[in-house]
Amino acid sequence: MKLTQLLTSAALALGLATTAVAQDKTKVGFIYVGPIGDGGWTYEHDKGRLAIEEQFGDAVETVYQESVPEGADAERAITQMALQGADLIFTTSFGFMEATLAVAKKFPDVKFEHATGYKTLPNVSTYSARFYEGRAVQGLIAGRMTQSNIIGYIASYPIPEVIRGINSAYLHARKVNPDVEFKIIWAYTWFDPAKEADAAQALIEQGADVILQHTDSTAPQAAAEKAGNVITFGQASDMAEYKPLPRVSSIIDNWAPYYIDRTQAVIDGTWESQQVWHGIGKGMVKIGEITDAVPADVKAEALALKEAIASGEYHPFTGPINRQDGSAWLAEGEIADDGTLLGMDFYVEGISGQIPN
Amino acid sequence: MGAIDPALLLAALVVAATPILLAALGELVVERAGVLNLGVEGMMITGAICGFAVAVNTGSPAIGFAAAAGGGAVLALLFALLTQLALANQVASGLALTLFGLGLSSLLGQGYVGIKPPSTPRLDLGPLSDIPFLGRVAFSHDLMVYLALALVAAVWAMLKYTRAGLILRAVGENHDAAHALGYRVVRVRVLAILFGGACAGLGGAYISLIRVPQWTEGMTAGAGWIALALVVFASWKAGRVLLGAWLFGGVTVLQLNLQAAGFAIPVEYLSMSPYLITILVLIIMSADKSRAPGSLGRIFHASQ
Repeated sequence: MKLTQLLTSAALALGLATTAVAQDKTKVGFIYVGPIGDGGWTYEHDKGRLAIEEQFGDAVETVYQESVPEGADAERAITQMALQGADLIFTTSFGFMEATLAVAKKFPDVKFEHATGYKTLPNVSTYSARFYEGRAVQGLIAGRMTQSNIIGYIASYPIPEVIRGINSAYLHARKVNPDVEFKIIWAYTWFDPAKEADAAQALIEQGADVILQHTDSTAPQAAAEKAGNVITFGQASDMAEYKPLPRVSSIIDNWAPYYIDRTQAVIDGTWESQQVWHGIGKGMVKIGEITDAVPADVKAEALALKEAIASGEYHPFTGPINRQDGSAWLAEGEIADDGTLLGMDFYVEGISGQIPN
Repeated sequence: MGAIDPALLLAALVVAATPILLAALGELVVERAGVLNLGVEGMMITGAICGFAVAVNTGSPAIGFAAAAGGGAVLALLFALLTQLALANQVASGLALTLFGLGLSSLLGQGYVGIKPPSTPRLDLGPLSDIPFLGRVAFSHDLMVYLALALVAAVWAMLKYTRAGLILRAVGENHDAAHALGYRVVRVRVLAILFGGACAGLGGAYISLIRVPQWTEGMTAGAGWIALALVVFASWKAGRVLLGAWLFGGVTVLQLNLQAAGFAIPVEYLSMSPYLITILVLIIMSADKSRAPGSLGRIFHASQ
């Protein structure tokens, strides 16, 4: 009897000890929309996750689930991660917004961070980068480099984030080249290499000699390389393997500093719900190396634009800018407010075609 | 508003259709033998990386495609062992095969991201390729396109006219009767499964070596599931699989081109059109009395 009691209490103590150790570790979870090897969007988020591991070592454990579809299945994946004891969960796609909020209501003690969304809760923050600042630099290079004056744009879903990028790129391409025309394909996918390659091919056949993409894989780069005489830009990641041509520059998402900050906040118990939207100035958006395929004067012009945006001296959406239907949006010298930008659902004047609903 | 060049469009259609055509053709033979293998996506992606890796290392796309067929068949062999010898549930085994294939391929592909594969030359058909319009549409593709078309004809003829095809269909329609007649049900099915795996592997490699051409994790992005659906909607007939694949590939390419050319059709409708049109046409065609093979998905053991 005594022996059994002793054993039971020993086992109990041991059990408590191991739970205590387990609780010491902060668990950080990531929900990805694509595979970590996509070479673009998800790849960069995963680099942020690895940076957390490097920074905190044994104090933090990270888990991730890749290729989670946007929709009902996302809620299941996030719930599972919360049940596994994650203290902080990053959901890294716009389409995870409702699922993140639903799970967050059920797990008030777990902190959530939703990328590129706009809805918050006491335990849900949102964070995004001002990619449109990078798009302005891309637009300038594209407008200067195009021979055919046709620029192809592979868009993903008609959400404000993507529309903002198209507008920003178009405004800055037109500024240096008034004859420029944008041809836009809505691929309705974030990641489908075959479809992205087909879309790039269709744009090239329509005369485009510059391809901008807002999808996550490097397939359009490969398609451009195959076609020849077409330039591209790395999206979300540097896509350096396609340097110096077709990829002449890139927008790089740099999530690591933010991920480390937020993990530290959870460890310190100082985490609070917030909405963060950083750009080139804070280093969340980086412009990848502009290769020698771009003439030196264009490169200098692009870098000057980047500096002006970084210092806050210039905002990519500065009036006068009209909407597509010709109505005035921003007056001379007026700067767009973040609210309008975050909900942007219209093209600026000069872009043809309609935004799908 | 730009115009669309029909020759380029039709040429692109053939390229877009070939991966799902190959995979669906393989699955057609598997299902006609009475086996439901839901692992097409897994076998495709495994073929995609096997073909890519071998083509990069040997510098020869032809050896790459052979390796892709081999890789797909090896994965299919696993399925055959599970379902034909261990008598495991086919649906569960097939789904597991897809998950396994996706994982295995991303492991194998670690060192191949961002590498350019050797290019597959277009077949030189001499004066035929110079015929206006027809030359660009029909006579200026790579060898795999013609191989896939030849395979359609071969599968059709095999199933319809040969003794081997008759045995395969007998096994698929009623495995107990086929067994009673002395045919080796398990052997026939294992061979069919291997053929299906090899075809899916070729389809995957067509994406990674020709259509995209690069290696990215998860790059088949659901093509295997489309191939599976195609077999059902094509009423298990080779000719209709070809029609379905062309329709699906064609409308996919067409809708992208319509968008690029700036036609004022709402994009939402364009995006769903490949699925809608393909399903609609094939459903209308299958209004005759075609039905699934009788023993499809059922487990066979000689003692029963």
